[in-house]
Amino acid sequence: MSMHYFANPARFTRLAGRIQPLAGCLAAILLIVGLYLALVQAPADYQQGETVRIMFVHVPSAWMALFCYSFLAVASAVALIWKHPLADLAAKASAPIGAGFTFLALVTGSLWGKPMWGTWWVWDARLTSVLILLFLYLGYMALWQAIEDSQKAAKAAAVLALVGAVNVPIIKFSVDWWNTLHQPASVLRMDGPAIHPSMLWPLLIMALAFKAYFVTLLLARMRMELNLRRIRALRLAERSS
Amino acid sequence: MESVTEFMSMGGYGGYVWPAFGIVLFVMALLWVASMRGWRNSEKILATLRNSRREREDVAE
Amino acid sequence: MTRKRRRLYIVSGFMLIFATAAALVLMAFEENIVFFYSPTELARKMEQQPIPPNRRLRIGGLVEEGSLGREKDGVTITFRVTDTVEVINVRFRGFLPDLFREGQGIVAEGSVAADGKFVATEVLAKHDETYMPKEVAEALKEAGQWQGDHE
Repeated sequence: MSMHYFANPARFTRLAGRIQPLAGCLAAILLIVGLYLALVQAPADYQQGETVRIMFVHVPSAWMALFCYSFLAVASAVALIWKHPLADLAAKASAPIGAGFTFLALVTGSLWGKPMWGTWWVWDARLTSVLILLFLYLGYMALWQAIEDSQKAAKAAAVLALVGAVNVPIIKFSVDWWNTLHQPASVLRMDGPAIHPSMLWPLLIMALAFKAYFVTLLLARMRMELNLRRIRALRLAERSS
Repeated sequence: MESVTEFMSMGGYGGYVWPAFGIVLFVMALLWVASMRGWRNSEKILATLRNSRREREDVAE
Repeated sequence: MTRKRRRLYIVSGFMLIFATAAALVLMAFEENIVFFYSPTELARKMEQQPIPPNRRLRIGGLVEEGSLGREKDGVTITFRVTDTVEVINVRFRGFLPDLFREGQGIVAEGSVAADGKFVATEVLAKHDETYMPKEVAEALKEAGQWQGDHE
């Protein structure tokens, strides 16, 4: 099974050492290009004018918020079921990144909602479920900190992650299942994107930039977690010798 | 020069657009620095621990 | 069965049960989750049970073309909200969002007055999910292919 190929921490570290700088460079380049397209090149919207530029950071943030949680939930399931040695580290490493993007999705959403909708916040299904997502991330991170025994913490966190996973489809389909102020999906929908190419391309490039950024930070954080694990083991061994 | 002020104004919505981009870049930079620092620190501590362990083993011989 | 397989079944079973529980809870709280009623939904609700006069609720729909008007006090505006099937008369005094105009989607919060009109305390704009440059929108309108919110 290919997943177990990466179970060897040394192999993972070698690979991560090579991919991380590449992903970092890619993220920086895509971000610069994306920002130029978003702020300068992309046209104003026929309806929303220049505020539409907020979409180029709001939507990729929201996509990352959901993507990171899905990654975290899958890694947690792999940790619980297959007991892959790196899976719970991957989940733990991705949480702060996902939390950050969720926070950004909410804040940029507010900054977009005030001029366009006329309000900073409403308790509709979409906004409320994304706020819940933020709490799930924070609760997940808190659980890791709160439990002394790292193996017990991993298990408890994994369970929380899976319980919260139910929120992901709720967020995605909230705009379809219930009447909401937030509009339906513009890109990932049955009839294809409802965004003109001149705006779709900046959006996709920003989304790719955010993904490359995620990979970079994920690898750095996973390597950090691996090191911390080794440090704990070494210190424990010293104490007992 | 007019086009620069127009660019800053963003059709009158500059007060929303620029803070949005600003906070995104700020948070992403913060997370980046914190993650890289955390990782590099852990590498340092691990190397120190391994070195001191090796030294002790050398002395013990 | 291997321990791994048993863990797989336990986790999957747990997820299924929890998802079902979540679905049931969401269905039970539907009334509170819905952010607004369309004119048709409101009409249906009023048929089932008359709405008490101070009950706050939200309605949503399109501002009917040609329905925008101003009352004699010069400040209160009136318009009709439609979902192309039913219509609600709305009276509002306050700030309107930038996007407000005839044909635009809106959500209004308020209550149903004795005369059947909806007295709004807040009006928000609800825009659709299409994005395009102005020139493209103009071209579509000229070609008679416009499928968007407003003229």
